Amino acid sequence: MASFYGFEPKSRLFLGTAQYPSPAILAEAVKASGVEIVTVSLRREAGEGGAGQAFWSLIRDLGVRVLPNTAGCHGVKEAVTTAQMAREVFGTNWIKLEVIGEDDTLQPDVVGLIEAARILTNDGFEVFPYTTEDLVVGGRLLDAGCEVLMPWGAPIGSGRGLNNVYGLRSMRAHFPGIPLVVDAGIGLPSHAAQAMELGYDAILLNTAVAKAGDPVRMAQAFAQAIEAGRDAFEAQPIEARDMAAPSTPVMGKAFLS
Amino acid sequence: MTLLLNGEPREVAATTLDQALAELGYAGKVVATAVNGDFVPARKRETVTLAEGDRIEVVAPMQGG
Repeated sequence: MASFYGFEPKSRLFLGTAQYPSPAILAEAVKASGVEIVTVSLRREAGEGGAGQAFWSLIRDLGVRVLPNTAGCHGVKEAVTTAQMAREVFGTNWIKLEVIGEDDTLQPDVVGLIEAARILTNDGFEVFPYTTEDLVVGGRLLDAGCEVLMPWGAPIGSGRGLNNVYGLRSMRAHFPGIPLVVDAGIGLPSHAAQAMELGYDAILLNTAVAKAGDPVRMAQAFAQAIEAGRDAFEAQPIEARDMAAPSTPVMGKAFLS
Repeated sequence: MTLLLNGEPREVAATTLDQALAELGYAGKVVATAVNGDFVPARKRETVTLAEGDRIEVVAPMQGG
């Protein structure tokens, strides 16, 4: 089982907590799918408001690990400060580090990401960087102290699946011992299974479950697909070929023409 | 004095961050704070003296992906 900063979850599905029809459906989706790691965030709270307190109470009752994010941060300083606030509120050194560089695609600003990752790891954080499938950037993130890499499958919330299968396969081959998580862009369980078949260690997704007609059932479907994909990877799939190769033995066939 | 609390002007009698949080209704709540863009850990809130126009950010757990 892959180790994420020393934690070895049985489930390879990491689930976001946003956009569910209700808190109860979120809780049911987490329980029904066996998810052990959920992502959370921080937002402004009014003194008279209690939304954040109620949400935190719900998450604690689930008994899962939380992976706070720096979603929406566009600069190094903003991301680092958000991470510091998240560590205090959530009581964890884990941080899903997002430094957004472009608003249409929410593509990571990988230059800022590397810098923020270095600052945070030096400060004791365990960084899960949301990155692209760029091998050089991946190497720099490891140099900065990251022990996990999270390349995107496609832009956040797009549901497009794996936009660059070649790039993701290359990344898997280039970093054989590093836990790799496809984060973002997954729309269907088949997309998640495909990433697992490539040898990825886990999948992080949110919208595909939360916005499904039946989020609980979709969470279960993803859990099954991810398990199937992992089994397939470990079972060593055959190579594709261009021409047919008969599976039924030709030898001994009756001569009838 | 007037502070900018999460982007909105608010009048407070408090002079330190921990006093301001209590006055603004955050007592006992799970929140993290920043003043003028810099994180202020909970244990240091009582040592941070506020000035007119300071930007206070108060955040709490929220859903995220």
